[in-house]
Amino acid sequence: MSFMGDMMNPAPLWHNGPSPGAFYSFPANANSLKPTSHTVHDIRSHSATPITTTTTVIGLKFDKGCVLAADTLGSYGSLARFRDCPRVTKVNDLIMLGAGGDYADYQYLKDIIEQKIIDEQCIGDGLQLKPQSLYCWLTRVMYNKRSKMDPLWNNYIVAGIQDGEPFLGSVDKLGTAYEDATIATGLGAYMATPLLRDATEKGPLDEEAAKALVRKCMEVLFYRDARSFPRYQLGVVTSAGVTIEEPVELKHDWSLAHMIQMK
Amino acid sequence: MLSVNENFPEYAVPGAKQVHFEPYADNGGSVVAIAGEDYAVIGADTRLSTGFAIYTREQKKLFKLSELTVLGATGCWCDTLTLTRLLQARMRMYEHEHNKAMSTPAVAQMLSTMLYYKRFFPYYISNVLAGLDAEGKGCVYSYDPIGHCERSNYRAGGSAGALLQPLLDNQIGLKNMQNVQEAPLPREKALSLLKDVFISAAERDIYTGDCIYILIITDSGIQEEKFELRKD
Repeated sequence: MSFMGDMMNPAPLWHNGPSPGAFYSFPANANSLKPTSHTVHDIRSHSATPITTTTTVIGLKFDKGCVLAADTLGSYGSLARFRDCPRVTKVNDLIMLGAGGDYADYQYLKDIIEQKIIDEQCIGDGLQLKPQSLYCWLTRVMYNKRSKMDPLWNNYIVAGIQDGEPFLGSVDKLGTAYEDATIATGLGAYMATPLLRDATEKGPLDEEAAKALVRKCMEVLFYRDARSFPRYQLGVVTSAGVTIEEPVELKHDWSLAHMIQMK
Repeated sequence: MLSVNENFPEYAVPGAKQVHFEPYADNGGSVVAIAGEDYAVIGADTRLSTGFAIYTREQKKLFKLSELTVLGATGCWCDTLTLTRLLQARMRMYEHEHNKAMSTPAVAQMLSTMLYYKRFFPYYISNVLAGLDAEGKGCVYSYDPIGHCERSNYRAGGSAGALLQPLLDNQIGLKNMQNVQEAPLPREKALSLLKDVFISAAERDIYTGDCIYILIITDSGIQEEKFELRKD
C-alpha cells in the first residue's frame, strides 16, 4: 500500500477518483456528451459474463478428512457442450481443489497453482503447501481481481488436512471466504446443503457414509439442476493422501416420472 | 445496492448499456457494543449469508486487534476480510515502530482514515470498534462505510442495526423517559441486555441468528462468551 509516501512526495490519496482540489467532470454532464470524450472500456480486461460454465461443487468434512464431488460438464450457455471437464484436482498430498463457474478462469488459475507446487518441489526443503495457505492465497487473488472489476468468475472449494485436522473452505469470485463442515456451491447451495447439514447434525460421519451422502446429493442435483450431467468425479483427502476417482456415471431412477403430471 | 445509474444520475454514461459485474455482496450479520465505566462489551452473530442462502452458521465477526480493542465488522464479507487483514498489519507495524500497542482512540482514528482512503470504491462494511481508552474507561466507536467516526456509549450496527438501536436508546440511554434514575450500567446488566437484544434481532431479521460471540474487555484482559440464538 502506498501510504508510506514522504513529506516532499506524498502518496496519492486514492486512484481512479477525482484529484483533490480539482474540478471533477461527471460523465453524464453536458460537456461529456460529445462522442470522442466517452471513454470506451477496455474490452480485453473486463469480464462481464462467464462463457463456458460449470455447476455445483459439493464438499463434506468427515471424521478423518474431506470429500469433494463435481460433475464433468462444461455448459456453453444452455448447450451441454463439453462433457469432459474435470474440476476436482489434487494440488499436493495435503490439498484437493474443486472449482465451479467459468472453466477458462479455472484453467488459468490451475496452471498457476501447479507451477507454485513445482517451484516448491524445486526448493526441496521438505515443506509442503498447506490447505489454509492455499485458501488464504486464493482469497487474496480473487479479491484483488474483483477490486479491479475483472473477476475470475469461479467458486473454489479447498479441501485438505491442516495440521492433522480436516479443512474445508470456500472462496468465491468476490473474495468472500469462509470455512464450514459442509459446503455446496451453485444450485447445490439450495438443494444439497439441507441434505448435508441434516446428516452431519449429530456429528461427523465416517468415510463410507460421507461418500454415500455425497453420491446421493449428486443424484438429487442431476434430477433438478438443469445444467447438470450424470458423469461426476469424487475425490477424498485424508492424512494418507489425495485420491480422485475416475469419473463415474450416476445411477438415476426415473420410475417416479409417470406420477408427475405436467399441465 | 450501490447501483450507479439509479441513485447517482451524474455518473450515468450515455450510449450502449453495459453489463456490469457487481463487486459487492451483502452477507448480513449484526454487531452490538456497549461501553461502561471500566469495561466494554461487544457481541456479534455468527451467521454468514447471501440472499436467502446461509453460507455458514459459525463465522465469527469479532476481530481482536489488541488486548484492549475489538472490532466487530459486518456487511460485505470480502471487504471485511481485507480490511481486518490490513488493520492487523498496520497495528503490528505501529507496535514495531513505537514499541507499544496502539491505544483504542488511535485505532479508531486510523480506521477512519483507512476507510476514507477507499472513498471512491468503499469497503461496504458496518464497523463497530469497542475497547478501553487511555484512561481505562469503556469506549465504543461506530463508522459508516466511508469512515465517518463517532464515539458513543452504545451502538448497534449491521443488518439489524435499525431494529436494535432504538431499543438500546431506551434501555441504556434512557432517552425521553420520565422518572428514571441515571446510574452507571453494571457489567452483568450490560451482558444480559446484549443477549436480550440479539434474541429480539433474531426474531425479525433473517440475516441475524444462529449464535453470538460476546467479548468482554476489561483491564484484566478479554473474556469470550458464546450464546445460542434461534436458527431459523
